[in-house]
Amino acid sequence: MYSEKVMDHFQNPRNVGEIENASGMGTVGNAKCGDIMRMYLDIDENQVIREVKFKTFGCGAAVATSSMATELVKGKTVQEAMQITNQAVAEALDGLPPVKMHCSLLAEEAIHAALWDYAQKNHITIEGLSKPKTDIGEEEEDEEY
Amino acid sequence: MSNKVIYLDNAATTRVRREVAEAMLPYFTEEYGNASAIYSLAGGAKEALQNGRDIMAGLLGCAGNEIYFTGCGSESDNWALKAAAEAYRAKGNHIITTKIEHHAVLHTCQWLEKQGVEVTYLDVDEQGLVRLEQLKAAIRPTTILISVMFANNEIGTMEPIREIGALAREHGILFHTDAVQAFGQVPIDVDELNIDMLSASAHKLNGPKGVGLLYIRKGVKIRSFMHGGAQERKRRAGTENIPGIVGFGEAAKIAAATMQERAAKETKLRDYLIERVLTEIPYSRLNGCRTKRLPGNANFSFQFVEGESMLIMLDMAGICASSGSACTSGSLDPSHVLLAIGLPHEIAHGSLRLTLSHETTREEIDYTVEQIKEIVAKLRDMSPLYEDFIKGGQERQGGKKNVQ
Repeated sequence: MYSEKVMDHFQNPRNVGEIENASGMGTVGNAKCGDIMRMYLDIDENQVIREVKFKTFGCGAAVATSSMATELVKGKTVQEAMQITNQAVAEALDGLPPVKMHCSLLAEEAIHAALWDYAQKNHITIEGLSKPKTDIGEEEEDEEY
Repeated sequence: MSNKVIYLDNAATTRVRREVAEAMLPYFTEEYGNASAIYSLAGGAKEALQNGRDIMAGLLGCAGNEIYFTGCGSESDNWALKAAAEAYRAKGNHIITTKIEHHAVLHTCQWLEKQGVEVTYLDVDEQGLVRLEQLKAAIRPTTILISVMFANNEIGTMEPIREIGALAREHGILFHTDAVQAFGQVPIDVDELNIDMLSASAHKLNGPKGVGLLYIRKGVKIRSFMHGGAQERKRRAGTENIPGIVGFGEAAKIAAATMQERAAKETKLRDYLIERVLTEIPYSRLNGCRTKRLPGNANFSFQFVEGESMLIMLDMAGICASSGSACTSGSLDPSHVLLAIGLPHEIAHGSLRLTLSHETTREEIDYTVEQIKEIVAKLRDMSPLYEDFIKGGQERQGGKKNVQ
């Protein structure tokens, strides 16, 4: 059901952990729908993401997309990180099953939430960034029988 | 041990016993005649069909002509409910069932509601047991059917079938039970328990997939659900699945002969598994009733971890299990059964069902417990919920409002 890359990132997740006094930290998702992602960013004075860590409660795809998202943002500038879409995360993992695409959306949102926190703390505006949603996937509904 | 698969998902399906498979084989290539035919070649098939019926009747304490073979347990459930609603329409249009039924019953009831049938879905207590008082209170003059499962497929809780049967009889209401998980595992006597209809399936008791049965008490007016030929006394058209029925019969015969011994062995191993998990893994709980429980069923919740992740890691360790997590069902909601027993969503997402068989060994259980311990610890290490819990749950920015 999962690609080899998803399995690899699930089995050997990159950048798991926390950052003390992180420049930005964001938590998205909710326990009700079974996925919570938290991302920590350490950002230097040139707005380059030096360090990134994550913690995730969720399925294999949720762990893998978090892990891939941390790899994609590491070393990037804040503006570059803003360009990372859920599609990019999913593609970097060689695709996700359709029912798991919301996990990649969660990864994108986690990056944005952490950047939002960074922007708030430093009283700056990041172009294209708005206050993150926290409930993702709740609006999806079962098919009619 | 790592190159051998440890199969702990026997509530999903079971391995066909070798002797069952062997008993079926001649009916594909030698005794392949159509049981409805006149010529002698069909004699073997006809005899096998009757023999299968008699075995089932022996197990349930009913007559052979009260057994109707179907394609699966879901078909049996669909048939019992839809046909009862149709046949007893003049008497009333109310059905009572529970919130923890298998989807074969729940989704059928939901469909019936769209056809104008009224359905009461009974709550269960925190152990998954139907409250008899609530059932009694739900009975109306228009109630035509009570459908309560014999044992729950997820949490293994065995419902008070005798009491429910007595209540149904007292009020002159039909009683159907989905016994797919219980048939062949625990003794069932339809007369003693006042059961009017019962669904069962072969592949849950080491028989083949693709064959089930519906027991219909003589006198119950259930019409055909599948129209066509005159098979199954004109109540279920379609050429009989003779190899399947032979396999079902053989599996049921063995299940009956070994029931006591298997139940004792599985109960002992199951209790050992439960004991080890609950004492060795912190923040774990057993779902379902501790005592009124299927012999082979254990269902746990591990706080702060998610079920699908556990399943993938267990699979990598060679262990087959299942979970009530949303991610394993393709929907975003966790198991309706776990929610019905009052578990909050995030704990329901962290459930793990292990279902044993007569082949399960103590060594397998020991290995499995060790693996679960490691996996739960690893997943908690990367869980933001666990991080919050350890840090005392202080408020954090973003996404916290729904985290209970």
